[in-house]
Amino acid sequence: MIITTTWYLLLAAVLFSIGTTGLLVRRNPLIMFMCIELMLNAVNITFVSIGSHLNDLGGQLAVFFVLVVAAAEVVVGLALVVAIMRRRSRTNADDLKILGG
Amino acid sequence: MIDLVWLIPAFPLLGFLTLICLGRSVREPISGWLATTAMAGSFLSTLIVFIGMLLEENENRQTVFTLFDWIPAGDFKVEIGFLADPLSITMCLFITGVGTLIHLYSIGYMHGDLDFNRFFTYLNLFAFSMLMLVLGDNLLLTFLGWEGVGACSYLLISFWFSDPANATAGKKAFITNRVGDWGFMVAMFLIFFNFGSLQYLEIFDILGSNQIAETTTTFIVLMLFVGAVGKSAQFPLYLWLPDAMAGPTPVSALIHAATMVTSGVYLLIRVNPIMVEASAWSTGLIAWVGAGTALFAASIAVAQTDIKKVLAYSTVSQLGYMILAVGCGAYTAAIFHMITHAFFKALLFLGAGSVIHGMDGEQDLRRYGGLRSLMPITAGTFIIGWLAIAGVPPFSGFWSKDEILAFAWDKNPLLWLVGIITALLTAFYMTRQVILTFFGKPRYLDAGDDAGDDAGDDAGDDAGDVQPHESPWTMTLPLIALAFLSVVGGLIQLPFSSSTKRLEHWLEPATFHNETHLHLSSSTLWVLALLTLAAVAIGIGIGISTYLKEKIDRQIFEKPILNNAWHFDSTVSKVMGGPGFKAFEAVAKFDKRVIDGAVDGTGQIVKKTAFILRRSQNGLVRTYALGVGIGAVGLLIWFLSRTTI
Repeated sequence: MIITTTWYLLLAAVLFSIGTTGLLVRRNPLIMFMCIELMLNAVNITFVSIGSHLNDLGGQLAVFFVLVVAAAEVVVGLALVVAIMRRRSRTNADDLKILGG
Repeated sequence: MIDLVWLIPAFPLLGFLTLICLGRSVREPISGWLATTAMAGSFLSTLIVFIGMLLEENENRQTVFTLFDWIPAGDFKVEIGFLADPLSITMCLFITGVGTLIHLYSIGYMHGDLDFNRFFTYLNLFAFSMLMLVLGDNLLLTFLGWEGVGACSYLLISFWFSDPANATAGKKAFITNRVGDWGFMVAMFLIFFNFGSLQYLEIFDILGSNQIAETTTTFIVLMLFVGAVGKSAQFPLYLWLPDAMAGPTPVSALIHAATMVTSGVYLLIRVNPIMVEASAWSTGLIAWVGAGTALFAASIAVAQTDIKKVLAYSTVSQLGYMILAVGCGAYTAAIFHMITHAFFKALLFLGAGSVIHGMDGEQDLRRYGGLRSLMPITAGTFIIGWLAIAGVPPFSGFWSKDEILAFAWDKNPLLWLVGIITALLTAFYMTRQVILTFFGKPRYLDAGDDAGDDAGDDAGDDAGDVQPHESPWTMTLPLIALAFLSVVGGLIQLPFSSSTKRLEHWLEPATFHNETHLHLSSSTLWVLALLTLAAVAIGIGIGISTYLKEKIDRQIFEKPILNNAWHFDSTVSKVMGGPGFKAFEAVAKFDKRVIDGAVDGTGQIVKKTAFILRRSQNGLVRTYALGVGIGAVGLLIWFLSRTTI
């Protein structure tokens, strides 16, 4: 059985959906970050697979940018989580709604 | 040397800034001398510019000296620029000259006042504003000076503000002037709209080359005239000037007689090219308002008992003459009368101030009498002022008044008739004032007995122990100088031949040959002059026989209705206080309900909408994430629906 590009794209779609669902339903900030990572990497898979399908290095190049941005985002996010943990006993994303209208 | 024109307003400005920085740190006479020196410096620079201008040929005497751009806005700009021409320099000469003398006088008059420094600070600021008004080369700069003198007038009328009456008088002057300022502003808008410029010379250029509709120029002239009516105290906006006498007497002399009140006349003469383009009925209206005011105010002056009120109504009356001259197109005659009036009316006011000073603040003519021997210099100079204003030849007032009356005859004999009745009344009430003050037997000695029944007595102390005395030299010296000028002032414009009409020739670059020319034979002029003399003689004669010889009962002339100014002031107060106030309240209510309602309503709608919309911002991250997700799906569907086959 030949694994075509479609398979990779399907995998990416499945991973992305899992990430989205996780982000929407979970309350723990750490889990939510992991979900975001899942979504980002799903996108990375589409980049690489379509890049190889079209024989274009640009796809793999974009992945590096995504990785760097994701790393930076996690640094900021985790710092926020640590800061929040110092003030509150438990971390629940739904408790952090003081900016609500 | 004309380039030094910027020095003229710079000196008073410097004086003002110095005084306001020094504040109370200088002792009494020093601030007065500083202010006087600033004015003297201004006068000297005016003299230098004047001499420089005399050396030029007649057609080169108009120069614009620009300091910097004030308001640059696209193609339109307003500059801080000075228009040095014979008209503005003539104004500057008597403003700074008379101003210096009055500053000097004030050093003596304000002696011992707690706010001595503040007085001179205001006085210098006034001089600066007045010079900016006169020298400005565009309407906006003139307006700046116009408002500046108005503000200084307010500050100085209510100088002794601890008395509520003075503060009220200041407010009255300010508010009445606002009506006139409205006219000035509308005129300025119209000029900008129709000419695209506010600079005098540019406006005149455009007026010469383009066709501007007569209705436009007429409306501009009428609006400028509204401004002049406010500032130059013409009927019906003259109301503030008699009340303005609440200020210190030097202020009355400088601002409310010699300089500021003439700025309306100056403005109309400055824009004379627009005046001649306006329709005849508008200039006729100006002439009639002037003549009417002259007669009206003169009739009121007959029955006033306050020495300063007589002079105040007399000023209104003389300003009426000037406006009459402007309406007749006799610009030179108006300026001529303005100059001589500045001399003799400043003299009379300063003389009155000297009398008040010598009488410890008493202002009631009925409490004077026989002061001639006790105040010889004041009395002598005051009598010269009396002869000048009454129009006795060869004193200056005769020449200027006679010229205006000749022009009035030429325009409409009825105007002349009003003018000559005014001349008679002027001679009469001035004679009355002089005799009541300086002649007869002293009435201040026994005045203490009936002080109780006089409700208007605000002198405070008992009049019984008054020791009338002559004033110090700082006060008498200006009196002597002004008396000299009042005698010889007529020399600048003698009607005998064209070579003796020096002022007319000198002002030609500013009047652009727009002046009306008399079509009267010399015999007519002689008859008119003799008739004027006869009226003056009758006025003085009646005055002497009534008040000195007491052959005629004075009650015939001193009617209560005249003393109450024909009840015009009180009627206006009643109307404005009753129905007028209600009308204004209705307007205010309309403003609050409808205008403010529309503005507030817009705000309320936005606020209510926002109140509903802000619920979507609930602060939960997952809600936002869901929003992003739905948006992404929506975009996907949109793109797919566009691309499928």
